[in-house]
Amino acid sequence: MTAVQPADAPADAPTGAGVLDAAPALDLQDVSKSFERQRFPWPPWAVARPARRRVMAVDAVSLRVRRGEIFGVLGANGSGKSTLIRLMSTLLIPDSGRISVFGLDVQQHELRVKQLINRVSVDAAFFKKLSAMENLAFASRLYGLDVRAARVRAFEILDRVGISRKAALKPMETMSRGMQQKVAIARAFLTAPALLLLDEPTTGLDPRSKRDVQVFVQELRAVHDTTVVLTTHDMDEADRLCDRIAVLDRGRVIALDTPAGLKAQTAAGLPGGTAPTAVTMEDVFLHLTGRPLDDASSTDDED
Amino acid sequence: MIAAVARELNAGYAFVERNWNLVRRYAAWEVVWLVYSLANGLTILFIAAATERITGQRVDTDYLVLYLLIGTTMWSYLSAVFDIMAETIAWERWEGTIEYTLMAPVHRSLHLLGTCAFGISYALLRAGIIFAAVVLTFGIDISRANLAGAALAVAVGSVSVVGLAVFVGILPLLYTERGTQMTLVIHSALLLVSGVYYPVDVLPGWLQFASPFSPITYVLRAVRSATLEGAGPSALLGDLGILALMGLVLVPCGVLAFGVAERYAKRAGRLKRSG
Repeated sequence: MTAVQPADAPADAPTGAGVLDAAPALDLQDVSKSFERQRFPWPPWAVARPARRRVMAVDAVSLRVRRGEIFGVLGANGSGKSTLIRLMSTLLIPDSGRISVFGLDVQQHELRVKQLINRVSVDAAFFKKLSAMENLAFASRLYGLDVRAARVRAFEILDRVGISRKAALKPMETMSRGMQQKVAIARAFLTAPALLLLDEPTTGLDPRSKRDVQVFVQELRAVHDTTVVLTTHDMDEADRLCDRIAVLDRGRVIALDTPAGLKAQTAAGLPGGTAPTAVTMEDVFLHLTGRPLDDASSTDDED
Repeated sequence: MIAAVARELNAGYAFVERNWNLVRRYAAWEVVWLVYSLANGLTILFIAAATERITGQRVDTDYLVLYLLIGTTMWSYLSAVFDIMAETIAWERWEGTIEYTLMAPVHRSLHLLGTCAFGISYALLRAGIIFAAVVLTFGIDISRANLAGAALAVAVGSVSVVGLAVFVGILPLLYTERGTQMTLVIHSALLLVSGVYYPVDVLPGWLQFASPFSPITYVLRAVRSATLEGAGPSALLGDLGILALMGLVLVPCGVLAFGVAERYAKRAGRLKRSG
């Protein structure tokens, strides 16, 4: 495998020995986010009930992600993972608390923060009538990259995730969902962000593609020192990739440790002196939340 | 400094390039839409051509056809700019790309002006085709027209149109499913009060009151003066001045209002993909 060359960083991005080195990659202090949801007045005699209710999606979350770390966020559907990622990526404004990226407050220095981050969501969002290359050219212009150089690099990245040059020039509507997701990953990698936010990036990918993406994420960290925040439902993926994992339940962080640390905590809490090596991340999740991962008690419409 | 400006222009051009790529992909649809617009325009002009026969009164048919042609062409141009702005935002919401566009390191003004730049280039091309086709179909004599003056009025008026288009873009940003349709309220109001197909003084008093607030009123008046009367720069100066002033107010106000709407959407969680 060949390493992909880094993108040209924007001239005014705080890179190098400056703020990037001095501050944690990501710092969340007591961050909360709730949404107002319309309540359908049913039964009709219940119209006196308030027509709207507030749903707490992220509840007083504080965490700090170190530079170069792959940081996992585990949680069931509706636990607040996607809301957390959207808050980090400037797409949501918190009700309270503070988020900073490499020491830059995301509200006060929004544009500078945007230069440092990119995101892959579970939905591959593109103009599907356009080709992968046209979509990537659009992204590269937005991120201030030289379009010709970005085109060469885009072909390299797409090749790495198994998309041929021919397929890259066809409208994306002709691609499978898995292939579209790979292009989404390529779009994020193309801009070589200092902080990469991956919101269930491998959902829907076949095992080989999933493995390719995981290797690529590790390589991105190794070569470019990229910090990665990864939300996932895949326990093995979290175990394999993440340096530390936060477990999110109903919008709150209920545990935060290394995978080994979480397993050790779980083993200590299990009857019969279970060895930590025998504990899986699924056991950890069950132990901490008291319910399986697919037990969605959605408090978060964002997820 | 030059590198920073080049980077910003590159980012703004991204929206122009992307939308032209989309036009290319939807070429068949563009042809259909052009034929529809042309047929609509011709229908209105045939009404003008038949007015003498319908009323039995003597009418300066050439003048009336050219008068309505200006209205048809200008409305085709102006409504296309609005449509493109609204449709682009709605499309981005529908595809889910709006989140990626809004989290890209691009000034919102550049994003919006880039989209409008495409809208203007596209709408000018389409309106130009319609104008040329109708002139050839009816054999209209435009040799006395001050086309340079008309073009100047369109250019200056386009700035205000960009400002209005940015306001229009707020609706699909906040209302995914019906935002584009909601822009029709603005469309129809402008069509009604701006004198697209008739002089505004035929409107009842309460509607005439609204006419001076529409920049399209001045664009049409200036273009008609230049084309029908061959009016020179001094005669156009008043309308051009008002248009310039409106542009200076509407563009920053539009960008500001869009920014407020964006912040509201980020607070309320309304940017999430729908559909």
